[in-house]
Amino acid sequence: MTERKDLEKQESKATQQIKQDECILRPQVDICEDATGITLQADMPGVSKDRLDIQVDKDTLSIAGDACLDTPDDMEPLYADIGVTRYQRSFSLSGELDATKIDATLKDGLLTLHIPKREEHKPRKIEVRTG
Amino acid sequence: MFATLRPFEGSFFDDFRSLEREMGQLFGSGSWPNGIRSPARGAYPPINVGSTPNQVDVYLFAAGLDPKSLDISIQHNLLTIAGERKADTREGVNYYRKECFNGTFRRTITLPEDVDPDKVDASYKDGVLHITIQRREVVKPRQIEIK
Repeated sequence: MTERKDLEKQESKATQQIKQDECILRPQVDICEDATGITLQADMPGVSKDRLDIQVDKDTLSIAGDACLDTPDDMEPLYADIGVTRYQRSFSLSGELDATKIDATLKDGLLTLHIPKREEHKPRKIEVRTG
Repeated sequence: MFATLRPFEGSFFDDFRSLEREMGQLFGSGSWPNGIRSPARGAYPPINVGSTPNQVDVYLFAAGLDPKSLDISIQHNLLTIAGERKADTREGVNYYRKECFNGTFRRTITLPEDVDPDKVDASYKDGVLHITIQRREVVKPRQIEIK
């Protein structure tokens, strides 16, 4: 009996997840890495600085934001490519990245995050001695 | 200027989407005719259009644009927005993901017949281009008094 209950629970969780996924937008991202760390850029049009939320929990980086438009009160929709206004996406970070030193800027709806590598993980040039 | 700013969660665009979904279920997707100028889903940039008795509002969701690169033109009731989004692609680094749009775009949308092409206003804020087109006076609903 308990097994079936657990199964039902799982199912409802899964459907909840699907419902939740329908209500959020996944911002599109560019991610690149250089010697100093990782740079992440995310398209979040309509999100202002005070509606942006960046969180690091253990090794998970989450970015979220609410888009906000100035719409007249009596507006009726004619056409909509975008039906939801909540952006959300998360990434798992690896151990060599220093999540305490993330630098974030938001300009024209484009979020740029720089996640530096810990000092000891930055590449070192190894000199070859001639003997 | 932005006194009417408010989030539109649970607002008309959401209702519109559910309406569209219901239409899809009712008529079956595919049998519903496409507008001759309608784009495929996923065209860049995404556009929302809303109307009031006084004006038509067009919203383009395009982050990181240089407003100077935009070319907005209107011919009768056809609005065309062209521009270029230049992602600052760096050399000599490893890219793991490149999902953001990079390049030129052009979108044309058909507005209601009664818009006034001489009264168009555009602003760019937080990555959203907002174009407002006024409607002609004559077609605004008028109250008719009975004598």
